[in-house]
Amino acid sequence: MCLAIPGQIVEIHPGVTDLATVDVSGVRRRVNIGLLEGQDVSLGDWVLIHVGFAMNKIGEEQAREQMRLLALLGEDDVALEEFNGIFDRGSGDPP
Amino acid sequence: MKYVDEFRDPQLITKAADEIRRLAEPGRTYRLMEVCGGHTHAIYRFGLKDLLPPAIELVHGPGCPVCVLPMGRIDDGLAMAEDPRVILTAFGDMMRVPGTKGSLLEYKARGCDVRIVYSPLDALRLAQANPDRHVVFFAIGFETTAPSTALTLKRAKALGVGNFSVFSNHVTIIPAIRAILDSPDMRIDAFVGPGHVSTVIGCRPYEWIATREHKPIVVTGFEPLDLLQSIAMLLRQLREGRAEVENQYNRVVPWEGNRAALEAMADVFERRPFFEWRGMGFISQSALRLSDRYAEWDSEKRFAVPGVQVTDPKAAQCGEVLKGVLRPPDCKLFGTECTPEHPVGALMVSSEGSCAAYYTYVHRKVVAEARWVSSRQATA
Repeated sequence: MCLAIPGQIVEIHPGVTDLATVDVSGVRRRVNIGLLEGQDVSLGDWVLIHVGFAMNKIGEEQAREQMRLLALLGEDDVALEEFNGIFDRGSGDPP
Repeated sequence: MKYVDEFRDPQLITKAADEIRRLAEPGRTYRLMEVCGGHTHAIYRFGLKDLLPPAIELVHGPGCPVCVLPMGRIDDGLAMAEDPRVILTAFGDMMRVPGTKGSLLEYKARGCDVRIVYSPLDALRLAQANPDRHVVFFAIGFETTAPSTALTLKRAKALGVGNFSVFSNHVTIIPAIRAILDSPDMRIDAFVGPGHVSTVIGCRPYEWIATREHKPIVVTGFEPLDLLQSIAMLLRQLREGRAEVENQYNRVVPWEGNRAALEAMADVFERRPFFEWRGMGFISQSALRLSDRYAEWDSEKRFAVPGVQVTDPKAAQCGEVLKGVLRPPDCKLFGTECTPEHPVGALMVSSEGSCAAYYTYVHRKVVAEARWVSSRQATA
C-alpha cells in the first residue's frame, strides 16, 4: 500500500480547497493537493498519488519509471483499481 | 531470474551486481536490513537474491503497516464495527487481517457495516452523506500515509463534520529502527532506507543511525537497479569504514522532506508514550494519536474499546520473522496452516508482508519444481 501511482494534473479548481483533477492512464479523478502547499503547482505537472492525495511533484521521466515499476511489480492493476476507487460513487467532490 | 529479462538496463544490472561482488570482502558476511515492506516485495518479485553473493543476507524489516499492527488493535476496531450506529471504513489491505474472532471481512459477512475506502477523504464524504450514522476510519500506515489522515481531519474540523472519527494506528519508522538496533538478538550491518516514507520525513531523521550507531543507511527507490545500487553504496561505506546517510532516491526524495506534510502531522497528531508492535513488544514514542485539538474526532475517545493486549497464536512465529530473526519458511505454520488464502498472521496477508512475498515468489516455485521432479521420478 506504500507504492504511489503517478498522474498528471489536468485541472486545478481554484474555488475549492486543495482540489485538482489528475489523469492516470486516461482515468480522471479529483485528488487533494494540500500536501503540495508551498510548491508551484501548474497544469501538466506530474505528481505521485497515494490514498487520494498528491504526495509530491516528480518529473515526467520519473512518472514513466514509476508506472513501469508498478507493472513490473504486478501492482499496476491494484494501483489503478485503488485510483479508480477514489470518489467513484456518485458525482460529488472530495470534501 | 525470470524478471531480469524485463529489466530496462540489463547491462547496468549486471554491472551493479558485479560491483557488489567486487566490494564484498572475502570471509565477511553482511546483514543488510531493508526497512520498507515495498522493498521486501520488490526484492522477492525481482528475485534479487539470485543476483547477490551468498555472503550478503537481506533481512526484512518491520516496514509493513498491516503486519506490525498487534491483534489487540484489530479487535478494538472490530468492537467499533459491532456498534450498529457505526460504518467502519478501512483500506482493502486491512480486510482479511485476522482478529481474535475474525477479520473485518468476516464481521461484514455477519452483518456489520464495514466498507473499503481508497482514501480517508472517502470516509469523510461517507460521513457527510450519512448524517444519522457515525463513520470510523481505521487509519494505518507509516509517515507515507499519516499526512493524508491529518489533512482529512483538518477538513473534518473545518467543515464541522461531527459524525466522523479516526481510529489512529499510525506508526513512525525511526523508533522501530531504534528498537531493532537496541535488540540483543539483532545484528544488522547497514540499512536500506525506506523510499516513500522519506519523501515525507526527508533524510535528516536517519542521521543518528550513522553518527551514533555507526551504521550506514541509504535511502532507496524500488527499481531493481535502485536496490542493487544502494546495496553497492552500503558495501562501499562498510569497506571504507564510513557510516553516512546517503540518498540514492534523490530523484524523488528531497533531503528536507515535505514541509506541508510534516506541519499537518504536527498539528493533528501527538506521539503516544508507547505503542505495541506485533512481535516487537511496546516501543516508546513509536505511534501517533490525535492531539487534544482533535479529541472530538478521536475514535478511541468516543468508543469504549476492549484495549486488551492479545498474544498471537502460539504456533505462529510472526514476531521472529518481523524482527528478521527467522526467515518466513522457518516458521512452523508457513505454507501449511498459514497461506495467503488462509492467513494466520498478518505477514501472510499484505503483499508487503515478507511471508506473502516469500510464498508467492519463492515457495510456489520450489513446490512446483519438487512436484515436477517427483512426477519425473514416478514416470521414470
